[in-house]
Amino acid sequence: MSDSAGAPLISLRQVVKTYGTGTAEFQALSGVDLDIREGEFVAIMGPSGSGKSTALNILGCLDAPTSGAYYFRDIRVDELTRNQRALLRRQFLGFVFQGFNLLARTSAQENVELPLLYRGEDTAHRHEASRRALAQVGLDGWEHHTPGELSGGQQQRVAIARAIVTQPLVLLADEPTGNLDSKRGHEIMELLVALNREYGITIIMVTHEPDMAAYASRTVRFVDGNVDSDLRKEAA
Amino acid sequence: MSQMLLNALLLAWRAIRRNLMRSFLTVLGIVIGVGAVITMVTLGNGATRMVSNQISSLGSNLLILRPGQQLGPGRDSAGAPNFKLADVEAIQNQVPALKAVAPVVGSRVTLVAGNQNWSSQVSGTTNDYFVAGNWTIASGRNFEPDEERVGKAVCVIGATVKTQLFPRESPLGAELRVKNFSCEVIGLLAAKGQGAMGQDQDDVVLMPVLTAQRRLTGNQDVSTLMLSLRDGVTAEPVMEQIRRLMRERRKLSDNEDDNFNVMDTKQIAQTLSGTIRTMTGLLGAVAAVSLLVGGIGIMNIMLVSVTERTREIGIRLAIGALEHEVLLQFLIEAVVLSALGGLIGIALAFVTCLGLTALMNMPFLFNPGINLLAFGFSALIGVVFGYMPARRAASLDPIVALRYE
Repeated sequence: MSDSAGAPLISLRQVVKTYGTGTAEFQALSGVDLDIREGEFVAIMGPSGSGKSTALNILGCLDAPTSGAYYFRDIRVDELTRNQRALLRRQFLGFVFQGFNLLARTSAQENVELPLLYRGEDTAHRHEASRRALAQVGLDGWEHHTPGELSGGQQQRVAIARAIVTQPLVLLADEPTGNLDSKRGHEIMELLVALNREYGITIIMVTHEPDMAAYASRTVRFVDGNVDSDLRKEAA
Repeated sequence: MSQMLLNALLLAWRAIRRNLMRSFLTVLGIVIGVGAVITMVTLGNGATRMVSNQISSLGSNLLILRPGQQLGPGRDSAGAPNFKLADVEAIQNQVPALKAVAPVVGSRVTLVAGNQNWSSQVSGTTNDYFVAGNWTIASGRNFEPDEERVGKAVCVIGATVKTQLFPRESPLGAELRVKNFSCEVIGLLAAKGQGAMGQDQDDVVLMPVLTAQRRLTGNQDVSTLMLSLRDGVTAEPVMEQIRRLMRERRKLSDNEDDNFNVMDTKQIAQTLSGTIRTMTGLLGAVAAVSLLVGGIGIMNIMLVSVTERTREIGIRLAIGALEHEVLLQFLIEAVVLSALGGLIGIALAFVTCLGLTALMNMPFLFNPGINLLAFGFSALIGVVFGYMPARRAASLDPIVALRYE
């Protein structure tokens, strides 16, 4: 957080994303410029179709921009292949989704271990790391429960544990409270704030709920495929 | 790298475990296919071994002369004339290398003694039969020349017939009712046990050939001749001599095939084993088709599984699985499933063979070759039929896959 004066972690430069061709062509992003520094907690807001989800997909290296440049540190993400982007996700990024997206009939611990398995970590380290991540989200003792046996809030916590188990630089969250009631939603937001403060994880969150966005240190509003406003909260 | 592979195996195993029932149904085809192939081949091998064992136990100096062409696939034995007693005499007189020439005339007949009855093989023959068949008389005597000449109603019975009809008393001198005539028991054969095709060799009644012809078959035919070579004589030249003699007696011209055949026990064993091998091959091929169908079943389920698990694949790709890792996982899943099916199939075949061979009194010959082959083939099926679904899973776009409902 102290290096906020240094180079940004993420930079989008004139990023354009179009879907379809010819008359069916639709421009989801039209020349977005955005810088995100390490340790920031950014909420991306905007009406439906404003391009906020597309922006998150591109920031999360799930999708490539049609044109423009995307720098992650000093890596030109827009020039990477599909496989290279997957390696980047595995190395630096964690994902939390609106629908939790846990593997059904699979214990919390095995769900959290999943990214470590793809990293080729051994059993001992996987167990240790997954238990620690579950403890970080307040789920000690729930390791062997399957998603079906957990409440929505608990499932989202497992999903957050899965996202942070690899100690990523950036956590990308797509409407993380969208499927939760407001009490659970606020708990999840408090957890994200804590992760951001204590571990310095950069968080980029798409939401349409202003009271959830209020937890973020910065709110970027998208309208018609571009940044409409970008407000930083004064440090408390 | 090995940790990577280990983890891929673990991922595949967890995916299989999550859908235990579906996994089981998927591999059922492979289980049945592998089980059927191994069972067929093992039973075929056992049958071949059993037949050749038991035929060679008949003795190496035994020849059998039968009407019709040599046994074997595609041979037609219908309509070949039977032998007559004159043929027996001619062979006796003209082939000195034989120590016994026994005609055999017989049928399966119901026997009655007292209030007991029993169905048995009744054969008309001569004293030479005891020599050719390696029989010893346990008590009583063999046929008198007079009895043979006039066809008297006397008989020598095997140990099984004795047990069934005369459980307590001595059968000697007793009256035995054979079909519709009465026959005096004059001798009891020493027990021999199980014979060439798993049948009971002691379940026999022997009587003079004339008696059998007149009272049982009602004609003068002789269906089989059992010939015993003198010690130290080689079979081939004698067989050739008999063949020439029989062609001459039957007035066969040079361009006609033999309408009889003479075989030594080795040949009989070979012919029968050959037939059994053909059957084994045929049944094995049918079983192999079912193995292939099992493989298609795996592909079908894996393809369905890819569609059904689209979201899951999306999650895996999003959290950092590479394309080739998803490919590998699905491929391993298919291979683990089919190999597991192979193993279960092998176990199933083992148990089945054990039971069936015991039931059929056959030797159980464990054939490691066919077991390995079937297992390897089932794993190969996993690779071949698992590749297409795996390819499809790996090429999914994570964003589309994540949004998939």
